[in-house]
Amino acid sequence: MEIVNFAHGEFLMLAMYVAFFAWALGHLDPLLALPLAVLALAALGWATYHGLIRWVLGGPMLAQIFATFGLAVFLRAGAQFLWGVDFRVVQDPWLGGRVALGPVFVGLPQLAASVAALVAFLGLWRFLARSETGVALQATAQDRQAAALMGVDTDRMYALGWALGAGCVGAAGALLAMYFYVFPDVGGTFALLAYVTVALGGFGNVPATLAAGVVVGLVEVFAGLLLAPAIKYAVVFLLYLAIVLWRPQGLFGRW
Amino acid sequence: MRALLEVRDLDVLLGDYQVLWGARLAVAPGEIVALLGPNGAGKSTLLNTVSGLLRPRAGAITLDGAPITGLPAHRIVGRGVGHVLERRRLFPYLTVRQNVWLGAYHPGARAGREAQFERVARLFPVVTARGAQLAHTLSGGEQQMVALARGLMARPRLLMIDEPFLGLAPRVVAELAEAIRAINREGVTILFIEQNVELALSLAGRGYVLESGRSVLDGTAEALRRSPGVRRIFLGG
Ligand SMILES: Nc1ncnc2c1ncn2[C@@H]1O[C@H](COP(=O)(O)OP(=O)(O)OP(=O)(O)O)[C@@H](O)[C@H]1O
Ligand SMILES: [Mg+2]
Repeated sequence: MEIVNFAHGEFLMLAMYVAFFAWALGHLDPLLALPLAVLALAALGWATYHGLIRWVLGGPMLAQIFATFGLAVFLRAGAQFLWGVDFRVVQDPWLGGRVALGPVFVGLPQLAASVAALVAFLGLWRFLARSETGVALQATAQDRQAAALMGVDTDRMYALGWALGAGCVGAAGALLAMYFYVFPDVGGTFALLAYVTVALGGFGNVPATLAAGVVVGLVEVFAGLLLAPAIKYAVVFLLYLAIVLWRPQGLFGRW
Repeated sequence: MRALLEVRDLDVLLGDYQVLWGARLAVAPGEIVALLGPNGAGKSTLLNTVSGLLRPRAGAITLDGAPITGLPAHRIVGRGVGHVLERRRLFPYLTVRQNVWLGAYHPGARAGREAQFERVARLFPVVTARGAQLAHTLSGGEQQMVALARGLMARPRLLMIDEPFLGLAPRVVAELAEAIRAINREGVTILFIEQNVELALSLAGRGYVLESGRSVLDGTAEALRRSPGVRRIFLGG
């Protein structure tokens, strides 16, 4: 499954629009829209696999890259065309304000997002490591032909992988919509951070990605605090460059 | 003789390049058959087409008389054909136990999983001795045993093994050949690929020779050993 989804940020953007319109049109709080966003994005991931990825998988690397890159451009332009470039905001979500954790103040929506990310991680990890389907999914990612010879319908596993990944993005988007503007280009920065995090941890290594996520978050905050907020991402990307030069397989390697 | 596996007039292309030209073979129930041929002859391509990883352009593959040509690989396992790929191809980052367990993934094999696991672990103790280890950390010989154990978990009627002895020390080769005989005695028909004629024919009762994608020779081990054709192809004499 060595294929990177360059439309990851655009998936996030769509999930945020799902949450925004659920609020604007249906008066649903993002927390209630979350399951909706998860389902919508899982369906989109599934459709992306069957409609696009499947047809370029055997092809040259460049075709694979341009396929998801093209999808990203299409989704971004489509969002601009349909919904304009305005920044939209979900007003007065249920979760707002800050709470004190000891001496530190944390935004409540951000806290909820962290907790949700942790829950999603634990669920995903358990599913992959323990369930029959999860192990078959890992096997498919590691050797597609050998997995097929075990009786695994690898096409379905790929579709499942895309649905799962996009479903997680759905949850992230709904939570993010509680405290961040929604606009067609919103996915860019987040997706870039996501690629850095995944590459930092090691591709395909789920627990390492969690650890790398914490590292990236801390670097971002401290760089903003100690140096200057304007260059916090520069520091993150510098760290990323340094680590990738030193350990191309990521901090923790594969598994 | 009613063949368990029969391959007729198989044409297979990889991209634009035609690898197999009317290849054929037949394997009767209970046999051990060797598939011989020099590098690049198309031996692996032939097995990969039988197990459904490749689709032929022409030709027929039947199992017990029923056509399986063009079925996807994950359906062909269910028909009773096991395939151990060239270079073992274990799932490197799964444990040995997970690898072997996955061998019985298809619905028809799930029921008797525990019992079958115990049976293959008796034949290949490495499966339990190294059960919790990641597969890529095993030695080549151990990997080949785990690959065979995994292939047996589906309880195949026919087990196809692509170069089981590749890169193994003589002592391990002998051990592995004995294990393959034991598998065969329990009723599993064997079709295996091997480049070394002597070794192949010491294990097999019959053999087929592929050359440049064509089936050029076949016969009993005895006949092939004495065949001038085999000498020409393998020794360039
Ligand atoms: N993806 C591919 N595209 C084009 N040609 C290929 C491809 N894979 C293999 N071939 C060619 O097909 C021919 C047959 O390959 P195959 O692997 O079946 O041979 P083999 O008899 O198993 O050889 P070996 O003993 O070296 O394993 C070879 O000439 C090889 O170069
Ligand atoms: Mg080969």
